[in-house]
Amino acid sequence: MIVDLPSTTTSAVNKKLVRLREAGGVLALGRVLTLVIITDDGAAIEAAIEAANEASREHPCRVIVVARGHHEAAPRMDAQIRVGGDAGASDVIVLRGYGPLAVESASASMVMPLLLPDAPVVAWWPGEAPLVPSQDAVGQLAQRRITDALSAKNPLEAFEQRCTHHIAGDTDLVWTRLTSWRALLATALDAPPHEEVTAATVVGEEISPSTDLLAGWLAVRLGVAVERATAKTCHGLVSVRLERRSGPVELIRPDGKTGRLRQPGQPDRLVALARREVRDCLTEELRRLDPDEIYEAALGGVGQIVRADTPVAAPSLARS
Amino acid sequence: MSGTTGDPQWTNPLRDASDKRLPRIAGPCGLVIFGVTGDLSRKKLMPAIYDLANRGLLPPGFALTGFARRDWADQDFSQVVYDAVKQYARTPFRQNVWDRLAEGFRFVSGSFDDDDSFDRLEQTVRDLDRVRGTGGNHAFYLSIPPSAFPVVCKQLARSGLSAQDGDQWRRVVIEKPFGHDLKSARELNAIVNDVFPEDSVFRIDHYLGKETVQNVLAMRFANQLFEPIWNAHYIDQVQITMAEDIGLGGRAGYYDGIGAARDVIQNHLLQLLAFTAMEEPTSFSSNELRGEKIKVLNATKLVGPLDETTACGQYTGGWQGGELVRGLTEEEGFDPNSRTETYAAITCEIETRRWAGVPFYLRSGKRLGRRVTEIAVIFKRAPHLPFDATMTEELGQNAFVIRVQPDEGITMRFGSKVPGSQMEVRDVTMDFGYGTSFTEASPEAYERLILDVLLGEPSLFPVDEEVERSWEILDPVIERWASREDGPDRYPAGSWGPDSANAMLARTDRTWRRP
Repeated sequence: MIVDLPSTTTSAVNKKLVRLREAGGVLALGRVLTLVIITDDGAAIEAAIEAANEASREHPCRVIVVARGHHEAAPRMDAQIRVGGDAGASDVIVLRGYGPLAVESASASMVMPLLLPDAPVVAWWPGEAPLVPSQDAVGQLAQRRITDALSAKNPLEAFEQRCTHHIAGDTDLVWTRLTSWRALLATALDAPPHEEVTAATVVGEEISPSTDLLAGWLAVRLGVAVERATAKTCHGLVSVRLERRSGPVELIRPDGKTGRLRQPGQPDRLVALARREVRDCLTEELRRLDPDEIYEAALGGVGQIVRADTPVAAPSLARS
Repeated sequence: MSGTTGDPQWTNPLRDASDKRLPRIAGPCGLVIFGVTGDLSRKKLMPAIYDLANRGLLPPGFALTGFARRDWADQDFSQVVYDAVKQYARTPFRQNVWDRLAEGFRFVSGSFDDDDSFDRLEQTVRDLDRVRGTGGNHAFYLSIPPSAFPVVCKQLARSGLSAQDGDQWRRVVIEKPFGHDLKSARELNAIVNDVFPEDSVFRIDHYLGKETVQNVLAMRFANQLFEPIWNAHYIDQVQITMAEDIGLGGRAGYYDGIGAARDVIQNHLLQLLAFTAMEEPTSFSSNELRGEKIKVLNATKLVGPLDETTACGQYTGGWQGGELVRGLTEEEGFDPNSRTETYAAITCEIETRRWAGVPFYLRSGKRLGRRVTEIAVIFKRAPHLPFDATMTEELGQNAFVIRVQPDEGITMRFGSKVPGSQMEVRDVTMDFGYGTSFTEASPEAYERLILDVLLGEPSLFPVDEEVERSWEILDPVIERWASREDGPDRYPAGSWGPDSANAMLARTDRTWRRP
């Protein structure tokens, strides 16, 4: 069910929510968190809501979408409430602010009355994020602030900002996209021989914050020099190579879908390693709401990586 | 971290306890399923394996080998798995994931008594180590009747499939029934342990893989709210119910002569009892957890006299929920004079200071009112009420109900004032659900359990001692029922069991909760 409340106030929205609950019992109290999505008004809203609805199947939540309209328009707030089939396991409230209501400080005051009592708040900027999320008016309401450097207009600049301004509780989907890579690499080292890794190389697209971050993570965890090289034709993260005495452990993904793990003395193994979609990343983000120390350390490691001068050729899955 | 062997001093530099994002992926390994053509295999195991692969929790190069008496090639087997996955998997189908998984499918055709087929299986497994890099780590899932265990175990030992050397592991997974009484359970354990050491034996009780059951521990031990009242001072009784509305048509081969007590109470319900009643383990390691479970099972005793404190019944035909259904003795394949009970209820008590005097009622049945599994903890009435009797006429006992399935969640029942000018108190309920769609995303019990087998994580699998102790508790009841001349009491399909079940609670002025 979708209820539109044009030119309204948050207390009217709250009243309507209570009335909907009494009428249909559709708004359960079992929500575990409030997810605030901050975005500009436009087509991107629906994609973000869809991702949030997917995530709500694992984490029942209230979703508040703050859509910033024209700054020059007359002051007005439109609200829309979605419940039941239109909202996954969540209830979705879309707030569109115009004019003076389209700025950050006003957004926070629109969100505040609608937060679930005594439940954690997560803020998510699916597109452009503020320079310092933890100092943003909405960001200050949240325990956890999720950004996505890759969807910014300038991903590298956005990623640099994350490195500089990180505060415990910040996290970026650039990090979440790495989880399956990190898991495969860690599992590869679980098995014997338990030798030290002496050097590492990470190869990826030139503009690929994830590649930089993985290199940073390896540099911090392994305490060795990690080289970051550029692959000419591929997209995103392409390969990781960990040098050990008995030979290298190598994980490559040239086509963005299938990975190949190669270890000395063992047959090559293929593994599905598709680039993760935003909704999967968001679900993972909502799974834990405490500060991610490992991410923080990995950001710190980005400064230690060694950049290779010459681009390398893209690897291929076929036996070489 | 599990999956590691060798130097105990070595720690993986890429792992960190605070890195909670990193999932546990099994190390290189393969799974061999015996009885791969069965229902369980198609409806649960194959979809669970695909779902695990889809979640990225299976190792690269994972291998799945089917063994059955069918004249299939690898491709035929692959097609069977494909159909099962398409129909029953819970996660969306992804071609890329499927392709990688399907590369590791093998099929070995043969019968259990044929040496040659096991030699071929051994070759297949060795070949997988070479081609897929399964590293000599293999689990054998015996989805077969227990009568076939001895011959399969013997074959696994003869062909060298069960031999584990060095860092490699071989594990065996078995399904209930774990015997049909204490003696047979001991024999079965001896047969399996003869070939596989106890730490390589994984007994599947799929209830323990359910989120709601694991949540009992979280609910009890992570909260301050419940533990202070979780004892005989406040609790009047505990009712553990597993009811099904379906009958037993088509399951005669398995069920006739077994009955509800052996089928459900011995394993699922006594495990639920252990989770509900156990003391707090000092940690969540499997040893500690099992230690506490065994302790509480050792303290669990039947309450007698059994003729009055137990009930057994058999459903008769009639109209159930708009459908004309047959009684058990008319079901296809059942002996018309079958004395198999389809309803079983027993009374236990736990001889510890915490639980002294609190009866634990366990009941299970087929063709009951509806399908439901729940643990209901029912509290004593308040010792003194500042209200007149008329004000609290409609006030029942407070209850705390863990709904295991379906509609997973927790219900609390307590009294509340009825709005109006008079003071009148009536029962209300407060409900926690895992969210309407929550269960779609949370892993299925078999997924969790198969992953735990591959990781070598034994917490959620009952050990031989637990199984034997459960039979020790139940055996006297089964013997008593067998000696009854008139067989089980009859109850109409769609009801909540025979009259004797109500009588067994009425003797202490209690009643069954209608779940």
